[in-house]
Amino acid sequence: MSALHIKKGSTSHSAYDLRDPNGEIIEKHTLAVLVENEPGVLARVIGLFSGRGYNIESLTVAEVDQEGHRSRITIVTTGTPNVIIQIKAQLGRIVPVHEVHDLTVEGASVERELALFKVSGTGDKRIEALRLAEIFRANVVDSTLASFVFEMTGTSEKIDAFADLMRPLGLIEIARTGVAALGRGGNA
Amino acid sequence: MTRQMTGAEMVVQALRDQGVDTIFGYPGGAVLPIYDAIFQQNDIKHVLVRHEQAAIHAAEGYARSTGKVGVALVTSGPGATNAVTGLTDALLDSIPLVVFSGQVPTFMIGTDGFQEADTVGITRPCTKHNWLVKDTDALADTIHQAFHVATSGRPGPVLIDLPKDVQFADGAYVSPAKARVSHYQPKKKAPIEDINDLVAMIEKAERPVFYTGGGVINSGPAASQLLRELVDATGFPITSTLMGLGSYPASGKHWLGMLGMHGLYEANMAMHGCDLMINIGARFDDRITGRLDAFSPNSKKIHVDIDPSSLNKVIQVDLPVLGDVAHVLEDVLKVWKSRGRKTQNIGKWTKKIGEWRDVRCLSYTQTGSIIKPQHALQRLEELTKGMDRYITTEVGQHQMWAAQYLNFEDPNRWMTSGGLGTMGYGFPASIGVQMAHPDSLVVNVAGEASWLMNMQEMGTAMQYNLPVKQFIMNNERLGMVRQWQELLHGERYSSSWSESLPDFVKLAEAFGAKGIRVSDPKDLDDALMDMIKYDGPVIMDCLVEKHENCFPMIPSGKPHNEMLLGDASTADAIKSDGAVLV
Repeated sequence: MSALHIKKGSTSHSAYDLRDPNGEIIEKHTLAVLVENEPGVLARVIGLFSGRGYNIESLTVAEVDQEGHRSRITIVTTGTPNVIIQIKAQLGRIVPVHEVHDLTVEGASVERELALFKVSGTGDKRIEALRLAEIFRANVVDSTLASFVFEMTGTSEKIDAFADLMRPLGLIEIARTGVAALGRGGNA
Repeated sequence: MTRQMTGAEMVVQALRDQGVDTIFGYPGGAVLPIYDAIFQQNDIKHVLVRHEQAAIHAAEGYARSTGKVGVALVTSGPGATNAVTGLTDALLDSIPLVVFSGQVPTFMIGTDGFQEADTVGITRPCTKHNWLVKDTDALADTIHQAFHVATSGRPGPVLIDLPKDVQFADGAYVSPAKARVSHYQPKKKAPIEDINDLVAMIEKAERPVFYTGGGVINSGPAASQLLRELVDATGFPITSTLMGLGSYPASGKHWLGMLGMHGLYEANMAMHGCDLMINIGARFDDRITGRLDAFSPNSKKIHVDIDPSSLNKVIQVDLPVLGDVAHVLEDVLKVWKSRGRKTQNIGKWTKKIGEWRDVRCLSYTQTGSIIKPQHALQRLEELTKGMDRYITTEVGQHQMWAAQYLNFEDPNRWMTSGGLGTMGYGFPASIGVQMAHPDSLVVNVAGEASWLMNMQEMGTAMQYNLPVKQFIMNNERLGMVRQWQELLHGERYSSSWSESLPDFVKLAEAFGAKGIRVSDPKDLDDALMDMIKYDGPVIMDCLVEKHENCFPMIPSGKPHNEMLLGDASTADAIKSDGAVLV
């Protein structure tokens, strides 16, 4: 067998185990990372994900405590259970990272995303788009005679569902913020 | 009361307050103010290297042989990019360094100015942390933070990028005592439940083995002392990674020798056959584990590490213990003693290990008129043991032979590039070691190819009259590459021989140093003694057997119990699909 064409999962003569021990179990986790708001901190977090081959499904970041110079980075990531544990350990190792919370395992949480949809069309399609927007509680934030811009807040699944409905009705552009999330209940 | 001073003066004052006496560096336009401040004081000695990579390796050698922080100073642009290999080397081997780089003035950053590079961007993945300081008032605090981060938790290199205008400007200096308390405070003590579990596992083990690493050395001399006490009290056998040699003495009764790809037969067989593996400050590197699904299949595994991301990263263990090695060992000893110093009778296991020892995996035969590299190292060991001796190495076959045939009785005596495998590490590292220990014997065990990668440092050795011994085992080959090509690539020796080599004796003389050549085994001892006794830098060109392979060896794709020994046939040892993996 050519050395450069190793069968996937072939490990009998390999110095590295090529099989992913939990190959099939991919989990999605939402992580809240509280960081010192200093230059380059976002690059450190993103560099960790690209450098070690982890996935980012969505990422949001903004300062949440101006006096304390804290920013909150919300990352939705996927991976095997071991990879998720590694991601949290590696994030915790970054010097300006104060706290890492895995909202997916730390009890119930609220997750919301904001999206803007530009839908272009006339006639029946335009009317149908507006009707569906009402059902989904989306707001019209811009309008021309041949287009709408809808604004909607909700879970990522709800936004996906609305986008799927709008696509045949003339969806031409979409902008999403990524997930912001907080744990439920009275404790920080 | 705060003192006003320039940024450049602050660098010097902060180093003084941090107890730094030696720094390694190379000047350039963007660090001239700091060099001016260095010129006007006598507390901190600056060692002028001949290349920035060497400054970092020298600082590493200094740090590893003293347990202190290594400090280096480089200019912007090429100065900083030349430092990248050294920083990565220090990151992978967890060596505490504080590196200062110059930068173009703040108002020029981003304009592609002369000798401008995005140094914090380039060095972000190869430092533990880095800072771009844009305000002189923040400089002193940042430097103190840098020392704290470099030495806390798992040590590592940090870098401070200093724009030239920040060096010129005045600001308020704060002392280390007044500096901000960092939120970065890794825990040192492990939970007592984990200590109790660890002791309970020790008490039950019938075939135990200690597997120790660089973390023991990084944890300080107390950690090595406590390790020796625990090993000798329990009577458990102990092996170590390349990085951990010296934490338990090679002359100790329970010492198995190094483990891993070129580790000793008894060490690897003990790892494979044990029922309890106690990993202290090592990280299950792939050169240690070999094939993961066949790694120590029947053992319970304990892993003591100060870095949470090291736990369960490669090998899922039964008991992860997060804490500093010295603290954990101290607590384990206390609890184990208070519970009555219980262990199982491990006589059968010790006997089995004795049988593995009897294989004598390091045996070789020195015959004829050509020096075997193993013989050269064994003679070096014989002639220098008992001396106040420090060893550095380059990377390759000679490095593995040095680890096999030299004996280390104490920590901080062995400096080698483990994680990154940096050819060119050993010579500058030997300079750093000799600066820290001016009266000790410092030998760099080298191959001719590695040594040429930083040979310009002969100038540094001469300038500071550092009597570093460059012991080059010259096989006119990139020996380890050649060995792999023999085993894996059908003996097609593609670019793995050293052509157009210099005359090393004349090269030494050209720098004003002493050059010695030896090729006959009969002359070896005299040549070695000449090298050891000469008061100044020496290049020893020791011509050795050109096609000697480094054994024992776990071929790629094999578990620990399928090692190749010295006289084993190497034909078909490695299947082709293992070939891409190393």
